[in-house]
Amino acid sequence: MLYREVGEFKTSYAADQQTFPIRFDKLAYFIILAFAFLVVPFLINDYWANAVLLPFLIFGIAAIGLNILTGYCGQVSLGSGGFMAVGAYACYKLMTGFPDMNLIICIILSGGVTALVGILFGLPSLRIKGFYLAVATLAAQFFLVWLFNKVGWFYNYSASGQINAPEREMLGIVISGPNSSPQAVYLVCLSFLTVLALIARNLTRGAFGRKWMAIRDMDIAAEIIGVNPLMAKLTAFGVSSFYVGIAGALLFSVYLGAVEVGEVFGIQKSFLVLFMIIIGGLGSIFGSLAGAAFLVLMPVVLKNVMVGSLGWPVDIAAHFEFLIVGSLIVFFLIVEPHGFAMLWRIIKEKLRLWPFPH
Amino acid sequence: MSRKTAKTDTKDSYVTADGRTIGPAVMEMQNITLRFGGVIAIQDISFDIREGEVRAIIGPNGAGKSSMLNVINGFYHPQEGQILYKGEVRKPLKPYEIAHQGIARTFQNIALFKGMSTLDNIMTGRLTHMKTGMLSQALWWGRAQKEEVENRAFVERIIDFLEIQSIRKVPVGRLPYGLQKRVELGRALAAEPSLLLLDEPMAGMNVEEKEDMSRFILDVNEEFGTTIALIEHDMSVVMDLADRVVVMDYGKKIGDGTPDEVRSNQAVIDAYLGVSHD
Amino acid sequence: MPAEFYYGVEVFLNGLMAGVMYSLVALGFVLIFKASGIFNYAQGIMALFAAMTLVGFQEGQIPFAHLINAVFGTEVHHFGWTMPAFFAILFALGVMLLFAFLVEKLILKHLVNQEPIILFMATIGLAYFMEGFGDLMWGSNVKKLDIGIPQGGNFWIEENTAFLGGADFYGFYLDTLDIYATVIAAVLVTSLVLFSQYTKTGRALRAVADDHQAALSVGISLRSIWVIVWGIAGFVALVAGIMWGSKSGVQFSLSLIALKALPVLMLGGFTSIPGAIIGGLIIGVGEKMFEFLIGAPLLGGATENWFAYMLALVFLVFRPQGLFGEKIIERV
Repeated sequence: MLYREVGEFKTSYAADQQTFPIRFDKLAYFIILAFAFLVVPFLINDYWANAVLLPFLIFGIAAIGLNILTGYCGQVSLGSGGFMAVGAYACYKLMTGFPDMNLIICIILSGGVTALVGILFGLPSLRIKGFYLAVATLAAQFFLVWLFNKVGWFYNYSASGQINAPEREMLGIVISGPNSSPQAVYLVCLSFLTVLALIARNLTRGAFGRKWMAIRDMDIAAEIIGVNPLMAKLTAFGVSSFYVGIAGALLFSVYLGAVEVGEVFGIQKSFLVLFMIIIGGLGSIFGSLAGAAFLVLMPVVLKNVMVGSLGWPVDIAAHFEFLIVGSLIVFFLIVEPHGFAMLWRIIKEKLRLWPFPH
Repeated sequence: MSRKTAKTDTKDSYVTADGRTIGPAVMEMQNITLRFGGVIAIQDISFDIREGEVRAIIGPNGAGKSSMLNVINGFYHPQEGQILYKGEVRKPLKPYEIAHQGIARTFQNIALFKGMSTLDNIMTGRLTHMKTGMLSQALWWGRAQKEEVENRAFVERIIDFLEIQSIRKVPVGRLPYGLQKRVELGRALAAEPSLLLLDEPMAGMNVEEKEDMSRFILDVNEEFGTTIALIEHDMSVVMDLADRVVVMDYGKKIGDGTPDEVRSNQAVIDAYLGVSHD
Repeated sequence: MPAEFYYGVEVFLNGLMAGVMYSLVALGFVLIFKASGIFNYAQGIMALFAAMTLVGFQEGQIPFAHLINAVFGTEVHHFGWTMPAFFAILFALGVMLLFAFLVEKLILKHLVNQEPIILFMATIGLAYFMEGFGDLMWGSNVKKLDIGIPQGGNFWIEENTAFLGGADFYGFYLDTLDIYATVIAAVLVTSLVLFSQYTKTGRALRAVADDHQAALSVGISLRSIWVIVWGIAGFVALVAGIMWGSKSGVQFSLSLIALKALPVLMLGGFTSIPGAIIGGLIIGVGEKMFEFLIGAPLLGGATENWFAYMLALVFLVFRPQGLFGEKIIERV
């Protein structure tokens, strides 16, 4: 059965709230998960892991995080790069301060630290709205990068000013440092993404999600029906920063291994994550992942086609990347502000009624 | 159908001709004055709203009706006077705190959450009743799911009551005006309010939609016993719906009583009825 | 008076000069915001693009030379002529006007009635597009821009202020270019104000700024107004690009400097031309003085990176409507 359901057959409200109401979808989802966990690790090599899969998984987490804040709660942030830096540096301090602590715990705690910092910078959101807030989040971006650059305590006074991830094992397998295998790192990142995506889905379909969306759609009305705007915004900032912080911690500890803050967590990263959710779809978990996949894959494809096949210089491919990303952003905002997610949904709605659309 | 049996002279409960029990005052406004800078929007107004009744506030444009509603639900804080709610003096609270005290409202210009479906919009009305923490919701286990299903069941009853089953999953931005008004009423009802405020519920509607809306308002009042305070422009509608009417003009109260009393009040006739031929 | 005091004064004066530069960019933002409610993130890139185009015309660069060479395997770079600065400026202005026309035609027309934040994000997309497009067209190398404005320390001022301090004070060091920039900015602002006060188009602009619907109803064409406004903003971008480019070369960082215009606007308000000027001066002086008094001696320096944003953030928390805005009364 490739697609089913030509009407409403649900008999309980719980069934109506399912993530995948159609059996075929659910099946496809489990097959994809099983494939990702059980098959892919045997297929990947260093190039695929480092160029495509790991960046996709990690930025997927960051994009979900930003989407909770921007897509669901309507608060635009240009500070994702800075918050990723918080996650990375928190992880570094935890790893070097408590060498016996499991890396997974370190990463989760780093998310917690980032959540606190995010809440702190979210406080002004009660008084500042719209693009005023967007510009205000630039303060977080520039200040945090400067802070990690200038204050030696954060990088343990290393001469280079860089931070380097020490080697850590889990269940006897090396998952960070230069000796980690791409398979192990891949599985760690994939597990994080799977769990976090599920949690995000649960939060957004329940009472928290409705509070956030109410604030997004009309903050005054939301307050009058009983939503505490400060709490709603701060929880969104907190949860969102938790995700972004975990992405930063993963980026540093298991993926890059060494980080120089200005280079890795600059304002360009903030834009990259924002573009992922615009292209993928504001207010959609699936969209966050689709956007992340697209923006990770596109430069790789461009580079392979232009530099690899056509033999053009690298910088031309880079210029084209900017040009294409920019046009796509404008295109999506004009034609389909809900991004890939909406295109996908429209296809599914059609399929759902197929073959009797009337 | 007029409800001419309302009594204004007693503090005790009484039963109306159509069998509803009207209790003592649930809300008392005492000498309320509201200013914006030098402009006086409401001047020294007192009235009460009794439990189980339909109370209307009427008056010409700019009389201060909407400001009064905004004072009741805490969006504006009056400079003078006090508000008694359920027998106690109400401190200046934030609007969301007042929502938690059981006051819900609709808006003159529809204030629905445009990006959400009808169902989700009405579900937001249940937020004051949903208490599970973030962790439980994140995992969607036990309490969170149970609570979601229970509240969903409640909301479905409202959807049935308002006869909007077919638009359950439609984003409200796509609905026609009349239906949006109905969804907004649903959202307010979902909160199970002890006081329901309606800001011009029939503004901009055609005759048929107005009749539908009047029927819903009466049903809410009769079946659920919900206390309702409403603002309305359309005099004829108000006279049929309300037990008692407050008339405002230029921020002052110029009349208060049953529809019949108000209709025969000379000040009201001069200010309002004399120029209206509805 | 100790020499430190005079250095402080010098820092202050230099801050004012830097502030003028910020104001120049902020001016472009204000113009577009007033007329269309769009927060144009691309204003900085417009300045960069205008400066690149100017240099390209001056030096007779062949547009898209890199791309042409890569596709056809040729080795073309220059036409082989150079163009006087005056004509190059005219041509660059022409390109910016064409750009304004295209932006209206291809983007704005389709985004009427969208939320401000959507428009804002669209201009971020536009900025990315222009960055890639500009680099493809003119190359991404750092370019020198020289249209004949004198540069370097102004000796006259230095010599004539040296007497203020002691033996180790050599007078205030001010860059001649900055002084020119100040004068040009003053002329630009005055002419813009005169234009909007005393011409028919100017009146239409103000009407649109006040109320789109009402302006439409008295027969003002919103779309042609937008083209005009983006054209003027393109002109302002060109002026800012010339000034910034002469000072520190035409390169990508120029567009980041333009980011600083955002906190300027948050202080000054998005709709006020005097606000943009004063906001620019406050930010310019504020960040230079903060660096001089607190940043460099106590915090390890480079606080200019974030000071402007933090100042705007803190300021907005206490006064969300900006310096000159009116108090907002929320209504339901």
